[in-house]
Amino acid sequence: MVETVEIVVNGSPRQVAAGATLLELLSALSLDPRGVVVEHNRRIVRRPALGDVRVSSGDAVELVQFVGGG
Amino acid sequence: MDTPFVVGGRTFRSRLMIGTGKYADNETMVRAIEATGADVVTVAVRRVDLDRTAEGGILRHLDPKRFFLLANTAGCYTADEAVRYARLAREAGFNDFVKLEVIGDQETLLPDVAGLLEAARTLVAEGFKVLAYTNEDLITALRLEEIGCAAVMPLASPIGSGLGLLNPVSVRTIKRRLKVPVIVDAGVGTASDACVTMEQGVDGILMNTAVAAARDPVLMGHAMRLAVESGRAAYLAGRMPRREVAVPSSPTEGMLD
Repeated sequence: MVETVEIVVNGSPRQVAAGATLLELLSALSLDPRGVVVEHNRRIVRRPALGDVRVSSGDAVELVQFVGGG
Repeated sequence: MDTPFVVGGRTFRSRLMIGTGKYADNETMVRAIEATGADVVTVAVRRVDLDRTAEGGILRHLDPKRFFLLANTAGCYTADEAVRYARLAREAGFNDFVKLEVIGDQETLLPDVAGLLEAARTLVAEGFKVLAYTNEDLITALRLEEIGCAAVMPLASPIGSGLGLLNPVSVRTIKRRLKVPVIVDAGVGTASDACVTMEQGVDGILMNTAVAAARDPVLMGHAMRLAVESGRAAYLAGRMPRREVAVPSSPTEGMLD
Protein backbone atom coordinates (compact mmCIF):
# COMPACT_ATOMS: atom_id res chain seq x y z
CA MET A 1 0.00 0.00 0.00
CA VAL A 2 1.19 3.48 -0.91
CA GLU A 3 0.98 5.83 2.02
CA THR A 4 -1.46 8.67 1.32
CA VAL A 5 -2.13 12.08 2.79
CA GLU A 6 -5.25 14.20 2.56
CA ILE A 7 -5.06 17.54 0.79
CA VAL A 8 -7.77 19.90 -0.45
CA VAL A 9 -7.96 20.32 -4.22
CA ASN A 10 -10.37 22.91 -5.59
CA GLY A 11 -12.20 22.92 -2.31
CA SER A 12 -12.67 19.15 -1.99
CA PRO A 13 -10.65 16.73 0.12
CA ARG A 14 -8.56 14.28 -1.88
CA GLN A 15 -6.14 11.50 -0.99
CA VAL A 16 -2.79 11.67 -2.73
CA ALA A 17 0.41 9.69 -2.42
CA ALA A 18 2.57 11.01 0.37
CA GLY A 19 5.34 13.17 -1.06
CA ALA A 20 3.68 13.56 -4.45
CA THR A 21 4.72 16.57 -6.47
CA LEU A 22 2.20 18.98 -7.99
CA LEU A 23 3.12 17.61 -11.40
CA GLU A 24 2.26 14.10 -10.21
CA LEU A 25 -1.02 15.41 -8.81
CA LEU A 26 -1.93 16.89 -12.21
CA SER A 27 -0.98 13.65 -13.89
CA ALA A 28 -3.16 11.65 -11.46
CA LEU A 29 -6.04 13.97 -12.38
CA SER A 30 -5.33 13.58 -16.12
CA LEU A 31 -4.68 17.31 -16.46
CA ASP A 32 -2.22 18.78 -18.94
CA PRO A 33 -0.03 21.25 -17.02
CA ARG A 34 -0.07 23.58 -20.04
CA GLY A 35 -3.82 24.03 -19.61
CA VAL A 36 -4.01 24.86 -15.91
CA VAL A 37 -2.58 27.34 -13.47
CA VAL A 38 -1.66 25.95 -10.07
CA GLU A 39 -1.91 27.72 -6.77
CA HIS A 40 -0.41 25.90 -3.78
CA ASN A 41 -1.32 27.25 -0.34
CA ARG A 42 -2.19 30.59 -1.94
CA ARG A 43 1.09 30.85 -3.88
CA ILE A 44 1.22 30.45 -7.62
CA VAL A 45 3.59 27.70 -8.72
CA ARG A 46 4.99 28.26 -12.18
CA ARG A 47 4.92 25.40 -14.62
CA PRO A 48 8.66 24.60 -14.57
CA ALA A 49 8.54 24.27 -10.77
CA LEU A 50 5.55 21.92 -10.62
CA GLY A 51 7.81 18.89 -10.47
CA ASP A 52 9.78 20.35 -7.55
CA VAL A 53 6.97 21.23 -5.17
CA ARG A 54 5.66 18.39 -3.00
CA VAL A 55 2.33 18.42 -1.24
CA SER A 56 1.90 17.77 2.47
CA SER A 57 -1.09 16.80 4.53
CA GLY A 58 -3.63 19.64 4.78
CA ASP A 59 -2.26 21.60 1.82
CA ALA A 60 -4.72 23.56 -0.30
CA VAL A 61 -4.28 23.36 -4.06
CA GLU A 62 -6.27 25.34 -6.58
CA LEU A 63 -6.27 24.33 -10.24
CA VAL A 64 -7.76 26.97 -12.51
CA GLN A 65 -8.27 27.55 -16.20
CA PHE A 66 -9.91 30.02 -18.54
CA VAL A 67 -13.63 29.56 -19.07
CA GLY A 68 -16.23 31.56 -20.94
CA GLY A 69 -16.95 34.93 -19.36
CA GLY A 70 -17.58 38.57 -19.98
CA MET B 1 -9.63 57.92 -41.74
CA ASP B 2 -9.84 56.70 -38.18
CA THR B 3 -6.98 56.60 -35.72
CA PRO B 4 -5.72 53.18 -34.64
CA PHE B 5 -7.35 51.61 -31.59
CA VAL B 6 -4.46 51.22 -29.15
CA VAL B 7 -4.84 49.91 -25.61
CA GLY B 8 -1.88 49.33 -23.32
CA GLY B 9 0.52 49.62 -26.25
CA ARG B 10 -1.31 47.07 -28.39
CA THR B 11 -3.18 47.95 -31.52
CA PHE B 12 -6.44 46.15 -32.19
CA ARG B 13 -8.34 45.97 -35.46
CA SER B 14 -11.82 46.00 -34.04
CA ARG B 15 -13.27 48.47 -31.55
CA LEU B 16 -15.68 45.77 -30.47
CA MET B 17 -14.51 43.45 -27.72
CA ILE B 18 -16.58 40.40 -27.03
CA GLY B 19 -17.28 38.16 -24.06
CA THR B 20 -17.32 34.38 -24.24
CA GLY B 21 -19.86 33.59 -21.51
CA LYS B 22 -23.42 32.29 -21.62
CA TYR B 23 -23.49 30.81 -25.13
CA ALA B 24 -25.72 27.80 -25.66
CA ASP B 25 -22.77 25.84 -27.06
CA ASN B 26 -19.17 26.41 -28.06
CA GLU B 27 -19.74 26.16 -31.79
CA THR B 28 -22.30 28.97 -31.66
CA MET B 29 -19.90 31.01 -29.53
CA VAL B 30 -17.08 30.69 -32.05
CA ARG B 31 -19.30 31.53 -35.01
CA ALA B 32 -20.84 34.50 -33.19
CA ILE B 33 -17.43 35.86 -32.22
CA GLU B 34 -16.23 35.48 -35.79
CA ALA B 35 -19.29 37.41 -36.94
CA THR B 36 -18.47 40.31 -34.61
CA GLY B 37 -15.00 40.70 -36.12
CA ALA B 38 -13.59 41.17 -32.61
CA ASP B 39 -9.96 40.41 -31.96
CA VAL B 40 -10.21 40.81 -28.19
CA VAL B 41 -12.24 38.20 -26.33
CA THR B 42 -12.76 38.16 -22.59
CA VAL B 43 -12.42 35.05 -20.47
CA ALA B 44 -12.95 34.24 -16.80
CA VAL B 45 -10.71 32.32 -14.40
CA ARG B 46 -12.42 29.42 -12.68
CA ARG B 47 -11.60 26.14 -11.00
CA VAL B 48 -11.06 23.19 -13.30
CA ASP B 49 -14.01 20.83 -12.94
CA LEU B 50 -12.12 17.77 -11.71
CA ASP B 51 -15.00 15.46 -12.47
CA ARG B 52 -14.96 16.42 -16.13
CA THR B 53 -11.21 16.95 -16.68
CA ALA B 54 -10.81 20.33 -18.37
CA GLU B 55 -13.98 19.90 -20.40
CA GLY B 56 -15.01 23.44 -19.42
CA GLY B 57 -11.81 25.09 -20.65
CA ILE B 58 -12.30 27.63 -23.39
CA LEU B 59 -8.93 27.32 -25.08
CA ARG B 60 -9.85 24.18 -26.94
CA HIS B 61 -12.42 26.27 -28.80
CA LEU B 62 -10.67 29.64 -29.19
CA ASP B 63 -7.23 29.79 -30.75
CA PRO B 64 -5.10 32.11 -28.58
CA LYS B 65 -2.97 32.92 -31.63
CA ARG B 66 -6.02 34.29 -33.37
CA PHE B 67 -7.74 36.06 -30.49
CA PHE B 68 -6.30 38.30 -27.81
CA LEU B 69 -7.44 36.79 -24.51
CA LEU B 70 -8.47 39.43 -22.00
CA ALA B 71 -8.96 37.77 -18.62
CA ASN B 72 -11.45 39.31 -16.24
CA THR B 73 -11.85 39.25 -12.48
CA ALA B 74 -15.62 38.80 -12.71
CA GLY B 75 -17.21 37.51 -9.56
CA CYS B 76 -14.65 39.14 -7.26
CA TYR B 77 -16.05 41.23 -4.43
CA THR B 78 -12.84 42.44 -2.78
CA ALA B 79 -9.61 43.99 -4.01
CA ASP B 80 -7.57 41.06 -2.65
CA GLU B 81 -9.71 38.54 -4.46
CA ALA B 82 -9.50 40.46 -7.74
CA VAL B 83 -5.71 40.72 -7.43
CA ARG B 84 -5.51 36.97 -6.79
CA TYR B 85 -7.55 36.19 -9.91
CA ALA B 86 -5.52 38.63 -12.02
CA ARG B 87 -2.27 36.98 -10.97
CA LEU B 88 -3.63 33.54 -11.80
CA ALA B 89 -4.79 34.80 -15.18
CA ARG B 90 -1.40 36.27 -16.01
CA GLU B 91 0.24 33.00 -15.07
CA ALA B 92 -1.68 31.31 -17.87
CA GLY B 93 0.97 32.98 -19.97
CA PHE B 94 -0.84 34.89 -22.69
CA ASN B 95 -0.49 38.55 -21.72
CA ASP B 96 -0.42 40.94 -18.78
CA PHE B 97 -3.76 42.59 -19.53
CA VAL B 98 -6.64 42.25 -17.11
CA LYS B 99 -10.20 43.48 -17.17
CA LEU B 100 -10.48 44.43 -13.54
CA GLU B 101 -13.86 44.07 -11.91
CA VAL B 102 -14.46 44.50 -8.21
CA ILE B 103 -18.16 44.06 -7.67
CA GLY B 104 -19.92 45.77 -4.79
CA ASP B 105 -23.41 44.37 -4.83
CA GLN B 106 -24.98 41.10 -5.95
CA GLU B 107 -28.25 42.52 -7.20
CA THR B 108 -26.88 45.29 -9.40
CA LEU B 109 -23.32 44.02 -9.95
CA LEU B 110 -22.24 47.65 -9.71
CA PRO B 111 -18.56 48.25 -9.05
CA ASP B 112 -17.08 48.74 -5.59
CA VAL B 113 -15.13 51.88 -6.36
CA ALA B 114 -12.91 51.79 -3.25
CA GLY B 115 -11.97 48.16 -3.90
CA LEU B 116 -11.46 48.89 -7.58
CA LEU B 117 -9.00 51.73 -6.94
CA GLU B 118 -7.10 49.62 -4.41
CA ALA B 119 -6.84 46.62 -6.72
CA ALA B 120 -5.89 48.84 -9.67
CA ARG B 121 -3.02 50.37 -7.68
CA THR B 122 -1.67 46.95 -6.75
CA LEU B 123 -1.95 45.52 -10.24
CA VAL B 124 -0.48 48.55 -12.02
CA ALA B 125 2.49 48.36 -9.62
CA GLU B 126 2.92 44.70 -10.60
CA GLY B 127 3.09 45.63 -14.27
CA PHE B 128 -0.42 44.68 -15.31
CA LYS B 129 -2.21 46.55 -18.09
CA VAL B 130 -5.40 47.25 -16.21
CA LEU B 131 -8.68 47.86 -18.01
CA ALA B 132 -10.92 48.96 -15.18
CA TYR B 133 -14.65 48.26 -15.23
CA THR B 134 -16.28 51.16 -13.42
CA ASN B 135 -19.45 53.15 -13.21
CA GLU B 136 -20.01 56.29 -15.25
CA ASP B 137 -18.52 58.55 -12.57
CA LEU B 138 -15.95 61.04 -13.83
CA ILE B 139 -13.98 61.31 -10.60
CA THR B 140 -13.46 57.56 -10.34
CA ALA B 141 -12.46 57.49 -14.00
CA LEU B 142 -9.90 60.25 -13.40
CA ARG B 143 -8.49 58.41 -10.38
CA LEU B 144 -8.17 55.21 -12.38
CA GLU B 145 -6.27 57.10 -15.06
CA GLU B 146 -3.98 58.70 -12.46
CA ILE B 147 -3.21 55.30 -11.01
CA GLY B 148 -2.02 54.20 -14.43
CA CYS B 149 -4.82 52.07 -15.83
CA ALA B 150 -4.46 51.27 -19.53
CA ALA B 151 -8.15 51.92 -20.16
CA VAL B 152 -11.22 52.96 -18.23
CA MET B 153 -14.42 51.04 -18.86
CA PRO B 154 -17.56 52.81 -17.73
CA LEU B 155 -20.75 50.82 -17.91
CA ALA B 156 -23.62 51.66 -20.25
CA SER B 157 -26.01 50.05 -17.77
CA PRO B 158 -25.71 47.11 -15.32
CA ILE B 159 -24.03 43.90 -16.48
CA GLY B 160 -26.40 41.67 -18.41
CA SER B 161 -29.27 44.16 -18.18
CA GLY B 162 -29.52 45.05 -21.88
CA LEU B 163 -30.83 48.49 -20.94
CA GLY B 164 -28.47 50.30 -23.28
CA LEU B 165 -26.62 53.56 -22.65
CA LEU B 166 -28.42 55.15 -19.70
CA ASN B 167 -26.11 58.09 -19.15
CA PRO B 168 -24.62 59.38 -22.41
CA VAL B 169 -23.71 62.77 -20.93
CA SER B 170 -21.52 61.24 -18.20
CA VAL B 171 -19.88 58.85 -20.64
CA ARG B 172 -19.11 61.73 -23.00
CA THR B 173 -17.68 63.74 -20.12
CA ILE B 174 -15.41 60.85 -19.15
CA LYS B 175 -14.26 60.50 -22.75
CA ARG B 176 -13.57 64.23 -23.01
CA ARG B 177 -11.53 64.37 -19.81
CA LEU B 178 -9.43 61.20 -20.06
CA LYS B 179 -6.38 60.58 -22.19
CA VAL B 180 -6.44 56.80 -21.89
CA PRO B 181 -8.94 54.87 -24.00
CA VAL B 182 -12.52 54.81 -22.76
CA ILE B 183 -14.25 51.53 -23.56
CA VAL B 184 -17.87 51.17 -22.59
CA ASP B 185 -18.42 47.81 -20.92
CA ALA B 186 -21.73 46.19 -20.09
CA GLY B 187 -25.39 46.98 -20.62
CA VAL B 188 -25.72 47.08 -24.38
CA GLY B 189 -28.85 45.19 -25.46
CA THR B 190 -29.06 45.44 -29.21
CA ALA B 191 -27.36 47.01 -32.22
CA SER B 192 -28.88 50.47 -31.81
CA ASP B 193 -27.48 50.62 -28.24
CA ALA B 194 -24.01 49.83 -29.57
CA CYS B 195 -24.35 52.41 -32.31
CA VAL B 196 -25.52 55.17 -29.95
CA THR B 197 -22.72 54.30 -27.54
CA MET B 198 -20.07 54.58 -30.24
CA GLU B 199 -21.61 57.85 -31.42
CA GLN B 200 -20.60 59.37 -28.06
CA GLY B 201 -17.00 59.16 -29.25
CA VAL B 202 -15.79 56.43 -26.93
CA ASP B 203 -12.88 54.35 -28.17
CA GLY B 204 -14.53 50.98 -28.00
CA ILE B 205 -17.19 48.80 -26.52
CA LEU B 206 -17.24 45.45 -24.76
CA MET B 207 -20.31 43.26 -24.69
CA ASN B 208 -21.29 39.69 -24.00
CA THR B 209 -24.92 38.99 -23.17
CA ALA B 210 -26.34 41.08 -26.02
CA VAL B 211 -24.78 38.63 -28.46
CA ALA B 212 -24.88 35.44 -26.41
CA ALA B 213 -28.52 35.79 -25.37
CA ALA B 214 -29.86 36.88 -28.77
CA ARG B 215 -32.18 34.38 -30.43
CA ASP B 216 -29.59 34.13 -33.21
CA PRO B 217 -26.20 35.01 -31.68
CA VAL B 218 -24.33 34.75 -34.98
CA LEU B 219 -26.64 37.22 -36.70
CA MET B 220 -26.53 39.53 -33.68
CA GLY B 221 -22.74 39.34 -33.78
CA HIS B 222 -22.89 40.54 -37.36
CA ALA B 223 -25.34 43.29 -36.41
CA MET B 224 -23.06 44.45 -33.60
CA ARG B 225 -20.10 44.62 -35.93
CA LEU B 226 -22.04 46.87 -38.28
CA ALA B 227 -23.43 48.95 -35.39
CA VAL B 228 -20.02 49.60 -33.87
CA GLU B 229 -18.51 50.50 -37.23
CA SER B 230 -21.53 52.64 -38.06
CA GLY B 231 -21.55 54.45 -34.71
CA ARG B 232 -17.84 55.12 -34.95
CA ALA B 233 -18.13 56.44 -38.49
CA ALA B 234 -21.08 58.66 -37.52
CA TYR B 235 -19.09 60.07 -34.60
CA LEU B 236 -16.14 60.84 -36.86
CA ALA B 237 -18.45 62.27 -39.53
CA GLY B 238 -19.99 64.68 -37.01
CA ARG B 239 -23.74 64.75 -36.78
CA MET B 240 -25.90 67.69 -37.90
CA PRO B 241 -27.27 69.96 -35.21
CA ARG B 242 -30.68 69.11 -33.77
CA ARG B 243 -33.45 71.60 -34.60
CA GLU B 244 -36.98 71.69 -33.34
CA VAL B 245 -38.35 73.15 -36.56
CA ALA B 246 -38.29 71.68 -40.04
CA VAL B 247 -35.86 72.87 -42.68
CA PRO B 248 -36.74 71.81 -46.24
CA SER B 249 -34.25 69.58 -48.00
CA SER B 250 -35.53 70.45 -51.50
CA PRO B 251 -35.27 73.93 -53.10
CA THR B 252 -38.05 76.34 -52.22
CA GLU B 253 -37.32 78.16 -55.50
CA GLY B 254 -38.60 76.94 -58.85
CA MET B 255 -42.02 75.84 -57.69
CA LEU B 256 -44.82 75.90 -60.26
CA ASP B 257 -47.44 78.70 -60.10
